[in-house]
This record gives sequence, C-alpha cells and structure tokens, in this order.
Amino acid sequence: MTSRLAAIAYNTFREAVRDRVLYNLVFFVLLLVASAPLFGQISIGLERLILINIGLSAISILGIIIAIFIGIGLVFKEIEKKTLYTILSRPVRRWEFITGKYLGLVMTLVVNSAFMTLGFYLALLWVSRGLGKTDAGLLIAIYFIILEFFIVTAITLLFSSFSTPIFSAIFAFALFVIGTFSEDLRNFAALSHGVTKWLFSATAYLVPNFSALNVISQAAHGRAISGKLVLFNTLYALLYSAAATAAAVLIFERRNLK
Amino acid sequence: MQTAALEIQGLAKSYTVGFWRKTLKPALLPLHLSVEEGETFGFLGPNGAGKTTTLKILMGIVFPTTGSATILGRHFLDPEVKRQIGFLPEQPYFYDYLSAPELLDYYAQLSGMSSDERRARIPALLERVGLGDVGKKQLRKFSKGMLQRAGIAQAIVHDPKIVFLDEPMSGLDPIGRREIRELIQGLKDEGKTVFFSTHILTDAEALCDRVAVIDKGELKGIGVVEDLTSKRADKSEVVWQGAHALASVGNLLSDIHVTGNIVRGTVANESSDLLLEKLRHQRARLISVNPLHGTLEDYFLSHVSIAEPAKVKA
Repeated sequence: MTSRLAAIAYNTFREAVRDRVLYNLVFFVLLLVASAPLFGQISIGLERLILINIGLSAISILGIIIAIFIGIGLVFKEIEKKTLYTILSRPVRRWEFITGKYLGLVMTLVVNSAFMTLGFYLALLWVSRGLGKTDAGLLIAIYFIILEFFIVTAITLLFSSFSTPIFSAIFAFALFVIGTFSEDLRNFAALSHGVTKWLFSATAYLVPNFSALNVISQAAHGRAISGKLVLFNTLYALLYSAAATAAAVLIFERRNLK
Repeated sequence: MQTAALEIQGLAKSYTVGFWRKTLKPALLPLHLSVEEGETFGFLGPNGAGKTTTLKILMGIVFPTTGSATILGRHFLDPEVKRQIGFLPEQPYFYDYLSAPELLDYYAQLSGMSSDERRARIPALLERVGLGDVGKKQLRKFSKGMLQRAGIAQAIVHDPKIVFLDEPMSGLDPIGRREIRELIQGLKDEGKTVFFSTHILTDAEALCDRVAVIDKGELKGIGVVEDLTSKRADKSEVVWQGAHALASVGNLLSDIHVTGNIVRGTVANESSDLLLEKLRHQRARLISVNPLHGTLEDYFLSHVSIAEPAKVKA
C-alpha cells in the first residue's frame, strides 16, 4: 500500500514539476518578492512591513491558484485521457489513487512554498540588512499558509471527484473566498436571530476557517502567535483535509468511469 | 480439472440516460463466456458493440448492473487477481512527460514489483518491444506505433498470466500492425492467455484460437476460428482450360467466370464428381479444385447487423 501511494504521489509531483506553467508561477512570485523593496521606496520606513505583507500574500495566493488549477485536473485528466484505466487494472484501490494524488499535490505545494520562502527571506535579508528573532516567527505564518493549501487541495479534489474542472474551480474558489471571511460570518451570526442566526452559524462552521489561518498581519507587526493556535490550526487543517478527502474517496468509489 | 482463465457469468451493463436519468440504455446484455488458460481469444464486434464496456467492467473501471466474473478462479475485482492481469486500453494515452523506462517503472511499482525486479526486467522488456534505444526521450515525442508498443510493455511489465488488449491494432499503419501482431504472437508462444477485442478480422483470424462475436451488446456467436470459417466448406471452386466444355457442365456450376479459354466456377460438393467426369469426357484440362472455406469476415457479417450506408446528397 505505502509503495503504491508513494508511486502515485511522486508521479503527481513529477507531473507538476515538469509542467512549465508551474515554473512561471514560481518565477512570478520571486519577481514580486524581489520588487517589494521598490514599494518600500514609495513609503519610506515601511519596506519591511510591505515586503512581509506582499511576500506572504503572494506565497498564499499563488499556492491557492496552483492548488485549485492543478487540483481540478487531478482526477478529471486521468479519466479523460484514460490513464486511470491502466492504474485501476492494477492492484490499486480507488482510495489509494485519490490519496496518492492528494499527497502528490500537497508535496508539490510544500516544495514550491519552500522555494518561495527562500526567495522571500533573501529579499527580507536585503531589505532589513540582517534577520532578527521576530523574522523566525514569520515561518509560523508560512506554516499556516501551507495548512491552507492542505485544505484547499482536499476541497478541490472533493469537487473534482464528481464535477467538471470548470465547476470544480468555481466551487473551490468560492469556498476559499467564503472561508476567508468565515470570521465575519460568525460575527454576523452572533448578531442575528432565528433562522438567519442558525443558517449563518452552520455556514460559518461548515466552510473552512481560513480567517484563523491568516496571521500575516500579526507576523508582519512582530506580534507573537500562541502555541495553542498553532496546535489548534494544525489539528483543524488535518481533520478538515481528511474529511474532505474521505468524502472524495466515497464519491469516487461509486463512480462509473465512462 | 483446469480452471478457466476467465469465466464471465451474466455480466450486463445499462447506463441511465435522459434529463432525469430515469431511462436505462443497455450497453451490454447478460454475457456468458469462458476463456481457457493459454488461449488467445478474440472478442469481435463493430464499433459500439459492447467490447470496451466488457473490458471496462472486467478491469473495475465501471461496475456491472448484474452478473459477475472470475479470473483465474477468483472474483474479478479481487486485488490479488489484478497482479495476474495486464491491460492495454483502446487508443491509450500515457503520461507524456515520462520516458518509456520511467513509465514502466511507475506501472511496475503499482503492480508491487520490488526495485531489484524492476531493474532486471524493464531494460529487457524495452528491448523486446523494440524500444531499447529510446533512452530518456519523453513519450510526447513517440510515434503512434511506439506508443502502442510502450502500451503493450506496460501491460506485461509485471509478467501477468492474462493480458487484455482493447483494439490493440486500431489506428496503426501496416508496419505498426505487424509489430503488434508479432508481440501478441510472442505472448501466445509464451503460453499467456490473451483476450483481445478487435474489429480487424484478419488479425483475429491470424492470431486467435477462438473468437466471440458481439453486436449491440449481445453475444452472437462463439467458437474455434477453424470451425467458424469451415462452415461454408460445402462448395468447391473449380478452374479448367477449355471453354467448350461449359455447354455440358454449366447446369452444375454457379459464379461462372470465363477469361479467354479458362473457366472458373463454383460447384456443390455432391456434384463435383459428376463435373470432373464430364470435364474429362470433354477433354478439358483441369487446373484446380479447391474447397471453399468461409472467412471469419463471412461469419462476422452474417452475425452482426450492418448499418445502412449513409445516403449521399446529390
């Protein structure tokens, strides 16, 4: 089982790495980070703050784009091009295929984030003329961004297990946007009554809580992030991803792959 | 007692169609079929007959509406069975960013082969399918024939006992077809069970021990190729020199063709002795007498419904 999962994950990773679109995205983020000091020249004294905000946001947004746009094709492409036929005719269970694909894309995103983080820290080193203790705290913000990728990938995979790529992209992106404002949904629910309160509370708890995973602003201002939040976010991301992947497996297990 | 390599017991498949998905459209009517170990079995039928549906069910790609099947005595969806089978889909597409050795390594890993086994088998297999010199060339740069050979290689990389091939010769040029035919012949010589679907009858005739004909999802006939093709051997073709003899034997013949002084005609076997005696009497020179065997094509055409040719607008 492990070797089959590893083989599928590695092949997914290899496909993404050999895809030139991915390099363009990485190039784009490196360019963005490298140009951040120019923004700083406009707002004197704020270079560092702007660099952190733009750099981390770019890592997050580009990772989400990669997760959604590769994620929507993960299953669809394999069915469309019939490569899945040669996989399912081997001793590969359908859940192994889905899980392997998920792990492969997550692995791609982690490696990409690592490269982007390296570029980001080089830019930070150049702007700040050295790295301080608080800069290490930025790694927690990046870790949370990676946790976001875990969830977005799982959600995209869930949609792509029963829908077309275009609809999967729309659903996943919509859920990402709603999840980003989940804190506001909760606040709105707290102020509402009756059915509205129930509806907004249910939505707020159902959609992924990306608000809690976004600590870019705190990190940029050097505010400490509690160990409790790190633990909670880690558990939350793992559970949410596992649930979404399990749902994708359940749907995929019953699907006739015409 | 020898176990059948493949035993299909009433496999059937219907798809729901229509806006509300309430109408059932049968793609495969209950199919009963048995293939012995070591046999090369041809699954014939026109496009849309249900050949690919049958193979998709057997490979676990779609689920049957009813029925079941066993492969080497086990349920066809048993993962253990899948270690013993290889599959080449129709007009396959492979991960074109991979090289042929990478592709085979991936599939071998999925089939549970150890790295030592893979290292030993893959170069030899590439050599066998004529891809020994492709090196790290990506599959996107392969010709159709090379892709099909890579496809056969992935189907047998784990040395399966049964190989299922869906239209392995379709879309290939004559050289490509010959190469694939030789590869299938090689599998047959090795004693592997080969089950392949095709609508190219000459390939089936050349390779198969037995064939089944399917049309509109229904099994129309099954049998040993020689039996099926000899069912029409109740007539003979007679060729002789001496057109003058035609006047006295013409009533015994059909399909008469006269070229100069040479006459060719078909005679029923019960009248052949009388015909030969009359020809001798007329001093005609006999050139040949050949029993007329039906071809697999005759059998096929007599068992499948032929669509009306499209009307061409003037």
